Amino acid sequence: MSDFLNIILKADDTAAAVPNCTPVTFLVTSKKLTEVAHELHVNPQTYFDQLSCVTGIDNGPDTSTMEVIYHLYSIPFNLSLALKVILSRKDPVVPTLSSVWKSADWLERETFDMYGIIFERHPDLRRILMPADWEGFPLRKDYKEQERYRDVQVKY
Amino acid sequence: MALHKTVTQNKIQYHFESDNLELSEPNKFKAGDLRSEEMILNVGPQHPSTHGVLRLEVISDGEVIKDVVPHIGYLHRCFEKHAESLPYNQVIPFVDRMDYVASMNSEHAYAMGVERMLGITGLPKRVEYIRVLVAELNRIASHLIAIGTYGLDLGAFTPMFCAMRDREHILRMLEWTCGARLLYNYIWIGGLYYDIPVGFEDKCSEFVTYFKPKLKELEDLLINNKIFIDRTANVGVLPLDLAINCGATGPMLRGSGLRLDLRRTDAYSVYPELEFEVPIGEGKMGTVGDCWDRTWVRVREIEESLRIIQQCVTKLTGEHKRTRDFDPQALVPKKIRPSAQDFYVRAENPKGELGFFFRADGKSDIPFRCKARSCCFVNLSILPELTKGVLIADLIAIVGSLDIVLGEVDR
Repeated sequence: MSDFLNIILKADDTAAAVPNCTPVTFLVTSKKLTEVAHELHVNPQTYFDQLSCVTGIDNGPDTSTMEVIYHLYSIPFNLSLALKVILSRKDPVVPTLSSVWKSADWLERETFDMYGIIFERHPDLRRILMPADWEGFPLRKDYKEQERYRDVQVKY
Repeated sequence: MALHKTVTQNKIQYHFESDNLELSEPNKFKAGDLRSEEMILNVGPQHPSTHGVLRLEVISDGEVIKDVVPHIGYLHRCFEKHAESLPYNQVIPFVDRMDYVASMNSEHAYAMGVERMLGITGLPKRVEYIRVLVAELNRIASHLIAIGTYGLDLGAFTPMFCAMRDREHILRMLEWTCGARLLYNYIWIGGLYYDIPVGFEDKCSEFVTYFKPKLKELEDLLINNKIFIDRTANVGVLPLDLAINCGATGPMLRGSGLRLDLRRTDAYSVYPELEFEVPIGEGKMGTVGDCWDRTWVRVREIEESLRIIQQCVTKLTGEHKRTRDFDPQALVPKKIRPSAQDFYVRAENPKGELGFFFRADGKSDIPFRCKARSCCFVNLSILPELTKGVLIADLIAIVGSLDIVLGEVDR
C-alpha cells in the first residue's frame, strides 16, 4: 500500500489514502488526476492496464460535494486500486482519463449522464442511457423528474 | 452545452415529421455534414440481429463501414436509482433482471459482495457448492444462447434449436430449485433460499451425460461448419493490447489470447478446490481474437463448466451430502447493516467481469450508492473500434460475437 502511495505522490504530492475502502483507495486532486493515472499506467511496478469501473457519487445538497471513484486493475501483477476525486457540487469538472484508458469513454459518459459531472476534453460527451433531451441528472440526490417528457406524463 | 434545449412538443407522437424523427432519435452525425458518397444507415433498435433493443448508427460508403455509433438506453430500468431506496436483500431481484440469461451468476456476485461487507465468512461448504453448481449451469445456458443466436445472426437456423433444446433442460432444472425459469432470487445474502430438491444431483449427472455428445454435435453443426468459418474467421479481430485498454473482459478478452479468469485469479467461493482449465483463443481458423475465436472459447468454457458441475455433484453427494439438519438459511442475517465503507466486488460472469460498487453509510439498511459495473456495457463500447472499414454483413457478425444482453448494458 505504501508502494502505491509513493508512486502516486510522485505525480500528486497531496494524495492520501482513504480509510475503510476495499480495494485500497487514494484521494487525489482533480488537477493532478491525469498525471496520477498516467503514472500508474506506465510505472513498471504497477502497470495498471485496465480501468474497470467509474463511479459517480453525489453526497447530497448538505455537503455540496460529489465524488468520482475510478477502479483500476493491473493484469500482470493482479493488483486492484481505486482513485477518488472530490468535486464541488456546483461546478463538477474533472479531466477525462480516456487518453489513458479507452474504456473511460463510455464509463465517463454514463457518469456524466447520471450526475452531470463534466469530463474535460472528453472526445464525445453525450448522454448515453437517458434520452438526449432529458432534463436533469437522475442519480443526484435532489433530483426531481420532469412532469412531462414529449407530451407524455413522466410520473404515474 | 445544448443539453437542456427546450424541445417543441409534438401533438401526435407517431405522426411523421422530418424534424420530429430527428429529435426523437438524435444521431451523432448529421446527413448534411457527410461526404457525398457517405450515408447514414440505421440498424435497430427493433431487429433480431441486435440482440435486443440496440440501435446502431452506421456511416457507410456503399458496403464499407466508416463509423458505427451505438445508441443504448432503450432498456434502462434505473437499477442504480432503485438500489438506493431498497434494503440490500431486496435488491437481488433487480440484480436478476440485469443479465436475465445468467441471473444466478449475477446473484452470486452480488451476494458475495454484501457478505464480505458484513464480514460473513465460513458459509457451509454445501451452500458454496450449490451456488457454484447452479451458477455453472446458468453459465452453460447463457453460452448456449450466445452460440445459438450467433448462428441465427449468420443465417444458420438449426443450431439455434439444438442450443435452445438443451438450454431448456437447464432452465427446467433451475426452475425445480426455486420455481422460476429465468429470474431466480435463489442465492440469498448469507445462504440460499432452499436446499436443492431431492434427486437434483442425479439429474445433473444425467444432464452432463446427455449433453456431452450434444455439445459435440453443436460444434460440428456450427463451429466447424465451412460457411460459419468463412463468415467469422479473420473478421472483427480484436488485438490483445486494444482489448485490455478498452476494458474487455470474459470471453472477449480470452478470445484475444489472455488467460485471465476471475474464478482463477480472485479464487472466490470454492473455485480453488475445483479443477478446470481457462480456454483462450488460439487463432485456429484465422487470427487470434477474431469472431470465431470468441465463439470457440465459449464452447470450450461450456466443457469446463460441465467438468465443474460433475465435481460439484460428487462433492454434494459425498463429502457435503444432504443431511436433515442442514439449513441453507442458517447464516442469513436478520438485519443487513454493513459498517461505513466503500466496497468493490467483482466476479466472473458468462460475459465478463461483473462488478458491484457499494457505499454503505453504516446508519441504514439501504446502500447509499450501488453501482453495477456491467461487462456487456464495456464490451459493447469496443464495437466502434472493431468495425472500422468492415462490410455491413460483417458488422452483424461482430455484434453477435460480443454476446451482449441489453438488459445488462442498460441496467
